[in-house]
Amino acid sequence: MVTNRPTTRDIWEWLGSVPDPEIPVISVVDLGIVRDVSWEDKSLAVTVTPTYSGCPATRVIAMEIETALRDHGIKDFVLKTQIAPPWTTDWISKEGRAKLEAYGIAPPQPVGGPDRCPRCNGKDLKKLSQFGSTPCKAQWRCNDCLEPFDYFKCI
Amino acid sequence: MGPDALFEYLLRLGDNTLVLGHRVSEWCGRAPVLEEDIALANTALDLIGQTQMWLGLAGEVEGQGRSADDLAYLRDVWEFRNLLLVEQPNGDFGQTMMRQFLFDAWHDLMLTGLEVSADERVAAIAAKASKEARYHLERSADAVIGLGDGTEESNRRMQAALDRLWPFSGEMHTPDAIDEAVHVAGIGPDLSVLADAYHARVAEVMTAATLRLPGDRFAHQGGKSGIRHSEHLGHILTQMQWLQRAYPGATW
Repeated sequence: MVTNRPTTRDIWEWLGSVPDPEIPVISVVDLGIVRDVSWEDKSLAVTVTPTYSGCPATRVIAMEIETALRDHGIKDFVLKTQIAPPWTTDWISKEGRAKLEAYGIAPPQPVGGPDRCPRCNGKDLKKLSQFGSTPCKAQWRCNDCLEPFDYFKCI
Repeated sequence: MGPDALFEYLLRLGDNTLVLGHRVSEWCGRAPVLEEDIALANTALDLIGQTQMWLGLAGEVEGQGRSADDLAYLRDVWEFRNLLLVEQPNGDFGQTMMRQFLFDAWHDLMLTGLEVSADERVAAIAAKASKEARYHLERSADAVIGLGDGTEESNRRMQAALDRLWPFSGEMHTPDAIDEAVHVAGIGPDLSVLADAYHARVAEVMTAATLRLPGDRFAHQGGKSGIRHSEHLGHILTQMQWLQRAYPGATW
């Protein structure tokens, strides 16, 4: 039987245009939270992992993924949640990191703090608070341009 | 070990994060500065997220069809299994941060121990939660040091908070039959081993904070067994469970 179901590559591409609800400049694929896309017979399974266990965006993300799949004519699918292995900022794509920085959010660094100001590239930086506007960010300030900025926490 | 012991153990883990998460959320909109307000709200959010995982698993292990929400909103005081420490009132900001530190220092060790649990479901939740707990600990330790080694006034308040809360910290290190059964089954760590690491960690932070640890190791008991909660838990529940009590089965 000839089927014309979309390939998993197509689906990854669609999901690549589903924005993160809190940081719309990056997609859920850039963020590394879509862990798997696979066909199980006629049903599509999309596996998603939460960033932080209490992140309120998780439900909105699930709804947006559902909407994207339906918009592309997929009716038979399941969204699976997987917590192990736990999400790490290492899963943010290279493109995602560049988009974050261009948007004014310093991407995560293994040393635990930003390496430069996303606005002026200044190196004299100060932590203002360990938490920012969402669970995944902290607040920093650049002492060169004196602007505050968000830093994407490294976990 | 029967499923009953594991259910009880999971309630302890989930009730700790639920009650502390609720307590910390009481600061929302009231913290001394905006950054701290946001930090407290985010900490509460992490704890509530962890609660959903622990109590969700507890309901699954119990097998009576109770969801995480059912367990959070439809149990009464004597069915709660949280440590007495986490139900203690917020007091001033210093007392809240002292309570947070005394909990975080243990929570981090506990979750690290649970990451190698023989029960894969427990290990998965612990691995997720421990990343968040480590971050909380970093912040609460910094706050205790900053306020302890701060002004005369902040030092006095932090010392008072430590003296007040310290007798509630011993409960976490005192294993009972459930802790023993879960440990023997390879599911949970040995609490007495955690105690040594805990005391070393706390002593180091208190020294840096120029605070004196009380010499007395007297410990209030009765939270995790549910036998004798303090008077504060009932007051938390009247607020937290009000909607489900007044309008049973209400949904958003």
